[in-house]
Amino acid sequence: MNKNSSVFKKYLPLALGGMLLTASVGLMSYNNGPGKSFLAESDLKVDTVATGLTMPWASALLPNGDILVTERGGKLRLVSQGKLDATPVAGIPEVWYKGQGGLLDIALHPDYKTNGWIYISYSSPKKDGEEGDDGGANTALMRAKLKGKELTDIQQLFKALPNVKGNVHFGGRIVFDKKGYVFLSLGERGQKENSQNLSKDQGKVVRLFEDGKIPTDNPFVKTAGAKPEIWTYGHRNPQGMVIHPTTGVIWEHEHGPQGGDELNIVEKGKNYGWPLITYGIDYDNSIISKDTAKAGLEQPVIFWRPSIAPCGMTFVTSDKFKDWKGDLIVGSLKFMQLQHLTVKGNKVTKREVIFDKIGRVRDVRQGWDGNIYVVLENSGKVVRISPKS
Amino acid sequence: MKLIVLLLSGIVFCSAVFPTQDDELAKSIERGKMVYSENCISCHMGTGEGVTATFPPLAKSDYFMENPENGIKAVKFGLMGKIKVNGVEYDNMMPSPGLGNDEIADVMNYIMNSWGNSSEKKMITEKMVEAVEEKK
Repeated sequence: MNKNSSVFKKYLPLALGGMLLTASVGLMSYNNGPGKSFLAESDLKVDTVATGLTMPWASALLPNGDILVTERGGKLRLVSQGKLDATPVAGIPEVWYKGQGGLLDIALHPDYKTNGWIYISYSSPKKDGEEGDDGGANTALMRAKLKGKELTDIQQLFKALPNVKGNVHFGGRIVFDKKGYVFLSLGERGQKENSQNLSKDQGKVVRLFEDGKIPTDNPFVKTAGAKPEIWTYGHRNPQGMVIHPTTGVIWEHEHGPQGGDELNIVEKGKNYGWPLITYGIDYDNSIISKDTAKAGLEQPVIFWRPSIAPCGMTFVTSDKFKDWKGDLIVGSLKFMQLQHLTVKGNKVTKREVIFDKIGRVRDVRQGWDGNIYVVLENSGKVVRISPKS
Repeated sequence: MKLIVLLLSGIVFCSAVFPTQDDELAKSIERGKMVYSENCISCHMGTGEGVTATFPPLAKSDYFMENPENGIKAVKFGLMGKIKVNGVEYDNMMPSPGLGNDEIADVMNYIMNSWGNSSEKKMITEKMVEAVEEKK
């Protein structure tokens, strides 16, 4: 007994050392070093689930497997049982289809299964009596229900003002925080100074009740001259907006100037700095601001240099992509790829390009089935990314 | 005497007509610069150099300058699929910016007379843009 234990003691360090070595080798092959996830692009496959779309912008994945897709030209299309319905869904209002404008985002209410509400954003032409340029437009939000191939119960909820004649920067992303509020991102319509002007909706994220009413606890409700719908300001052209799955806080990305695309955490009343601070320069190479940081102005989580022209984004929450859980998948219009951002707390610790040259990515979402759906503007497709096995 | 009158009237005629045409081109280029800085600059860049292998250049671009109709078509209808510019292949998509024919003529005149490009005083007009159709 005694003898046995002394032998055990003698060989214990060796045994432990061996175990440690084996374990570390195992860990290394499993994890490939710190911060690297072992799920790779090569473990995933891409399947086309819809084709034949013209300049698709966004998708809503319905619980029955059907997909609603907005086409920027002004049509809402239904993909039913894998086939694009030849007849567009009726009930879309007149959209201002010019420049970057048109029919934009679509999002299902978090309780869609019970209430059927579908939210849609679009560039809305100036109506009589509305503030702003004649012949101009700005981003609007509506909601409706789908009955067969028709939108019913159509309600106009919000229109950003003033109308502006320029062709660019409509923003347009819709997101719900599951506490009864809906958020809409708004571009500065090519007038950067107005991002800082609280009396205009340009360059803002706005918060509304789900029926379009303005919450009285919005941050600028009591500020003289300020628009009460404003939640945050100092944005340029935000075209990606999602809710963090555990913190419930908004993460947003926006097209910046040259070399200044940003990923931001968007919180009540904060100023995200455009155009007072930026990591980019203007496209004619002129300096917009010599500052990249200033007191009272928020810093991005990351910025992209060169710009990737980010569009669409989702947090991964599905068990199908276990190693990527909590991470972000971001689309790039410019480089026609996806980027997988490893997220730790409020930081991005790693960026990797996946599915390079997949297409001009407009929209990235996780479906009810846990797979990731991507809208490709150039090929007019919706594709599904899922694990190979 | 007759010759002198002819010459003089010729000079007067030329000074009346050609500067006007040059003037119109200059004005169109000026307007085109505004159209460019709003609709084109973020991809094709401030000096028309584009982004190699991602967005094609417009400065000294064979695709564009050797056949301006290529440019009109791209701006009028958008462009999709593979093209080769100065020996480099591009396979991105340019959505139609939805400009009016007058704006297209202006931006064409600006591009064709900037960053080392020259249209040799030839001007793209609204009518020429109107005449360009989507299918060859």
